[in-house]
Amino acid sequence: MKKEIANWGNYPVIESDEKSFSYTDELDKLVAQPKSYIARGNGRCYGDASLADNTISTLKYDKVLSFDTEKGLLEVQSGITLDQVLDIIVPKGWFLPVTPGTKYITVGGAIASDVHGKNHHVDGAFSHHVIEMDVLLASGETLTCSPTENTDLFEATCGGMGLTGVIERVIFDLKKIETSFIKQKQVKAENLEEILQLFDTYAHYTYSVAWIDCLKKGKNFGRSILILGEHAKKEDLDDKQKNDPLQLPKKKQITFPFNLPSWVLNTFTVKAFNFLYYGKNFKKEINNVVSYEPFFYPLDAILHWNRGYGKPGFIQYQFVLPLQAKQGLIDILNRISDEGIGSFLAVLKVFGKQESLISFPTEGYTLALDIPVRKGLFEFLDELDQIVLKYGGRLYMSKDARMKPEILKAGYPHLDRFKAIIKKFNPDFKFRSHQSDRLLLTKEKDSKVNGTAVVLPKMEAAVK
Amino acid sequence: MPTVLLLGATSDISVAIAKEFGAHGYSLQLAARNTEHLLPIQSDLQIRYNVDCTIHAFDALNYDSHQSFFNSLSVKPDVTVCVFGVMYEEEDAWNDWKLTHRMIDTNYTGAVSILNIVAKYYSAQKKGTIVGISSVAGERGRQSKLIYGSAKAAFSAYLAGLRNKLFKDNVHVVSVKPGFVYTKMTEELPLPKPLTAQPEEVAKAVFKAVEKKKNTIYTKWMWKYIMMIIKNVPEPVFKKMNI
Repeated sequence: MKKEIANWGNYPVIESDEKSFSYTDELDKLVAQPKSYIARGNGRCYGDASLADNTISTLKYDKVLSFDTEKGLLEVQSGITLDQVLDIIVPKGWFLPVTPGTKYITVGGAIASDVHGKNHHVDGAFSHHVIEMDVLLASGETLTCSPTENTDLFEATCGGMGLTGVIERVIFDLKKIETSFIKQKQVKAENLEEILQLFDTYAHYTYSVAWIDCLKKGKNFGRSILILGEHAKKEDLDDKQKNDPLQLPKKKQITFPFNLPSWVLNTFTVKAFNFLYYGKNFKKEINNVVSYEPFFYPLDAILHWNRGYGKPGFIQYQFVLPLQAKQGLIDILNRISDEGIGSFLAVLKVFGKQESLISFPTEGYTLALDIPVRKGLFEFLDELDQIVLKYGGRLYMSKDARMKPEILKAGYPHLDRFKAIIKKFNPDFKFRSHQSDRLLLTKEKDSKVNGTAVVLPKMEAAVK
Repeated sequence: MPTVLLLGATSDISVAIAKEFGAHGYSLQLAARNTEHLLPIQSDLQIRYNVDCTIHAFDALNYDSHQSFFNSLSVKPDVTVCVFGVMYEEEDAWNDWKLTHRMIDTNYTGAVSILNIVAKYYSAQKKGTIVGISSVAGERGRQSKLIYGSAKAAFSAYLAGLRNKLFKDNVHVVSVKPGFVYTKMTEELPLPKPLTAQPEEVAKAVFKAVEKKKNTIYTKWMWKYIMMIIKNVPEPVFKKMNI
């Protein structure tokens, strides 16, 4: 049955026939159908990566197969979400090796997007912790792959946006923790120069990320709050926390009830928000011990927060620039503040080194901003793309809904090898998404493969 | 710790019920025809809830095996939940007696066969709880659920009768009448969101009904009133409706 689906940015919205499965043999039967598919987890990528005319939902394929509490190894089916994983592992003294800013993503999605977290500079991306996984290929065969077995399949599946096949079973390693709390430090920076300096000063911290005000000009250009953290030890806890050092956070959530009208977000309201957010940290430095929940997942407390961007949806624009391209960061921030399209949450982070085939993270500065979809936005982002390219950077496919194929090609040096591996395991493009067609990963330029052409929804239609 | 037996343990609703009882510390016995499918569910429940979980081969249509199946359970369950059932396209069933027969046998005859055995055991023990997952489709016969609805109507009547029969023996029977539920069985149907429950909601309601010894529950609750209206439409009018 066709129904309307969209990912987290609510753009684009498409009609898709979504099928689910609970058992491996049910998945085999689905994939044997003469149709093309893309696997879809919890729909928390932002754009059109897991959108296709036919989708396979992995959400019912969510069983835990084994948990080695001595070595910290977890074996799961790919549709389990990280929030469920945390509920299982935290009380036993383990934590996710890498987590993005939401726990509502599946393990399969974490691998397909090769997600990163606040600890990228120390622990790498998620795929770095995958011991092995099974991938169901277009041929109907299931192959086990790992960093040492079927390595081409492994490296093209990590960050490969589901284009090699459907991830089934995964074993990944966990991080040992003494408590479920985080020893947090927040440091205010007056401007961009200072925040970049602070990242350097505090590079030894396991977790680091900065919130940055994109609208401020002049001497406070790029003012930020650096947020640092370490897993707390027992001695860091107060008496109440010590009672149950591995406690799970209380499940309290509020739901964003409806789509906010699009006019609510404008330069003025964003400036006001940024003023308050920056101003709430009165002191230069704050140190405290908090539960892991507000530290890693501040926005998960509000279900459907994406509705705040209104019906037309939003784009999360995330790029990475090499460390020596600081000027590129300045240029882009300047363009954003000139244009006045700042976002509530602009997040800045320094990535560590990462060698990978097609994953997004690579050493440098990464900036992510949410921008509501409106007229002229895509032209503006095309302009930003050019700056990113000029400085040797790239964009994150999981956030993308609009990049042009030449931008992908210029940003990812191993793209041809990635395409060759897709061709090997997915020769007839059985696994394809709107994004992979748009980016010409599963389609030749201007040709119609299997009679399907991808038409991006018109901006005019999206913006009333 | 008490033990719960789930009959038809591979379905979405059963998995949700198993999780709910597991979360409350119950030991779990999963019974289904396809024991291969039960393996990942077993490991999942054991790891998530640190509870005992065993798996058992059970075929609802193999009536002769039911007594030996129940005898083979080394620990007898405190609660037995009968979840299994099938729903074929009514149009297909109308044209194929085999499908009609299978729908009646699974939803009614098979359920009666195994629950009679469980009920006799509980009667003798003077304790136990039986839960039957029936359906609102059994509340009134109508064309769009001709066979499924009539089989579920029979099952609902059986559960009510069983409750009456076993009351004196301190055995409780819960009738569960879900309306629409988001499961693989209903994936192809355009279901109205406000009236459609998640399997987890059904599971929570079942657990509560067992704890509080409720007789009949509807999920979601508004189905009780919807069915009240449907049951009260006069037959001369009802028979003309396309329902």
